[in-house]
Amino acid sequence: MIKREPLVLGNKSLKDVTEDICEVVERPPGKAFLAALFSAKMLFIFYIIVWGCIVAKGIGLMGINSPVGWGTAIITFVFWIGIGHAGTLISAVLFLFRQKWRTSIARTAEAMTVFAVMTAGVFPLLHTGRPWLAYWLLPYPNQRGPLWVNFRSPLLWDVFAVSTYATVSIVFWYIGMVPDLATIRDRAKNKIRKTVYGALSLGWRGTATQWNHFEMVYMLLAGLATPLVLSVHSIVSFDFAVANLPGWHTTIFPPYFVAGAIFSGFGMVVTLMVIIREVLPKFKSYITMNHMENMNKIIMTTGLLVGYAYGSEFFVAWYSGSEYEVYAFTNRAFGPYWWSYWTMITCNVFIPQLFWFKKIRTSIPAMFVISIFVNIGMWFERFVIVVTSLHRDFLPSSWGMFKFTFFDLGVIFGSFGMFFFLFLLYTRVFPAISIAEVKPVLGVGRKDETHG
Amino acid sequence: MDSIFDFIKGFINGKTRKVVAGIWLDEKALVGAARTAKNMGIDKLEAISPYPMHEIDDALGIPRSIIPYVTIVTGLIGCAFGIWLTVWTSAYDWPLVIGGKPLNSLAAFVPIIFECTILFAALSSVAAMIYKCGLPKVDPPIIDPDLTCHKFALFVPEDSKSYDEAKLELLFKDLGAVEVKKAEF
Repeated sequence: MIKREPLVLGNKSLKDVTEDICEVVERPPGKAFLAALFSAKMLFIFYIIVWGCIVAKGIGLMGINSPVGWGTAIITFVFWIGIGHAGTLISAVLFLFRQKWRTSIARTAEAMTVFAVMTAGVFPLLHTGRPWLAYWLLPYPNQRGPLWVNFRSPLLWDVFAVSTYATVSIVFWYIGMVPDLATIRDRAKNKIRKTVYGALSLGWRGTATQWNHFEMVYMLLAGLATPLVLSVHSIVSFDFAVANLPGWHTTIFPPYFVAGAIFSGFGMVVTLMVIIREVLPKFKSYITMNHMENMNKIIMTTGLLVGYAYGSEFFVAWYSGSEYEVYAFTNRAFGPYWWSYWTMITCNVFIPQLFWFKKIRTSIPAMFVISIFVNIGMWFERFVIVVTSLHRDFLPSSWGMFKFTFFDLGVIFGSFGMFFFLFLLYTRVFPAISIAEVKPVLGVGRKDETHG
Repeated sequence: MDSIFDFIKGFINGKTRKVVAGIWLDEKALVGAARTAKNMGIDKLEAISPYPMHEIDDALGIPRSIIPYVTIVTGLIGCAFGIWLTVWTSAYDWPLVIGGKPLNSLAAFVPIIFECTILFAALSSVAAMIYKCGLPKVDPPIIDPDLTCHKFALFVPEDSKSYDEAKLELLFKDLGAVEVKKAEF
């Protein structure tokens, strides 16, 4: 018989679970945390300044120009939106599949989703060039007719998809956290803390009736978030696929984008979990090697899926018989941007396949490095899609090259400052592991089977 | 300042009731006790636990949550709203031909309609849960702070037909409660 691996190590009691997880929120932060927070904050401030310059002067400060009118902003938007997907996948899809190992990583993965979507949202808004008019994207009765938005445009679908996704993920994340906020409230010693968490927990008291409704809503939200998460990246891919441009106009885009999103999102979850395990050693009992291994297996599988998508794109380009389509793909792999294409292939298709070896799959340094390669690769995937498809137009007279400027690099690296700043604050204010969800699975794989 | 704060708190939280509560340290013992007490005909028996317990709904006779009905109805309303919004604005209120596409391009409106459906259903389900759970409250009185940590409780409020402090205390002790508390809840 195959034994179940314990989900929580170290024979924890219910009280230990509460103590271990609440401790992070209740104790003053350590030096390592403050150093990390300070660095992230400085990077965040730098990011704000860079965007400030771009908004004040114009988006021409970035490398975009004819024919490459979509550059860093769109690439990095798709990159961050994609990262968000793993959080919903862990919290909703694995929940529906009754994967109990999701419990101890779901909360943090969801927080990652929320912050990644926030980071992503900045890019299209500021890339409009006149962000103070961004509310024109919403269909509201106005004094210009009323002139309505164009519902046939994929860019508008994107507005609806991303804002719905952001709203539903925040609500899902928050509702799941309510019982744990009540735990922190009940442990609070001083009045301000008690009141703040008392309000945040909405007055949750954990009666059987409350749990009954809570569990039902949690399941319903998981059921609603699952098609939602698949729709969001499909719609993001429509931004490209609906356009009649060789390299973009392909039917494979929606599943290919969703697979890529899950791939990059799990890459980011592994990066974050490795850091959390190092900074908060007590969490090693909850986020075990078994969890890390499972996530690495998903990275390996989705890496194969995106590899298949890259191959199939080439096949379809050749099979289509359209010379523009064939040229767009030959130009990707062997044109002036060959380096970006092969960086993408190396990072996404080859490197994650190292996870076939159990030794690598269960080595913390190895998975940390590979997970970073995955994210580099996925950023380049979007670079390849956006830039190599645009830079050589149908007529050679309108060909051009895309060159990074200081501002391009500033917003790419700066966005990590925003993401990590929010994420680090979250680990201090909210319980980073779902207390109420870990408790029922304490007994899984344990010898005495006292709980659950 | 404090009195204003307490007034607002009282206003949001509503009236509290007196309760008699027994406290257990183990999930299985609590579920067993709940089953016995319910079979003895104790009225308005409720449980508190730090995490959801699956047998308790059956033991206390808590019916299945009605929230799924809210979800389906509001989901359909969201869907209808999405159809109305896209078709009415694009084909009726100010018809504009864009890219040579038909005024009523229903296929192109599917993503919008879908997102509206999900948004309405999700937000209303959460609102329904907040309403059905008697939330939100600001820091309401609790029976024991450990009930969100590692202890389990059964309690009977004063508006129950079986409310008799002495009898309930005896019953809870009989059923294995480690402690019996009288509190405002």
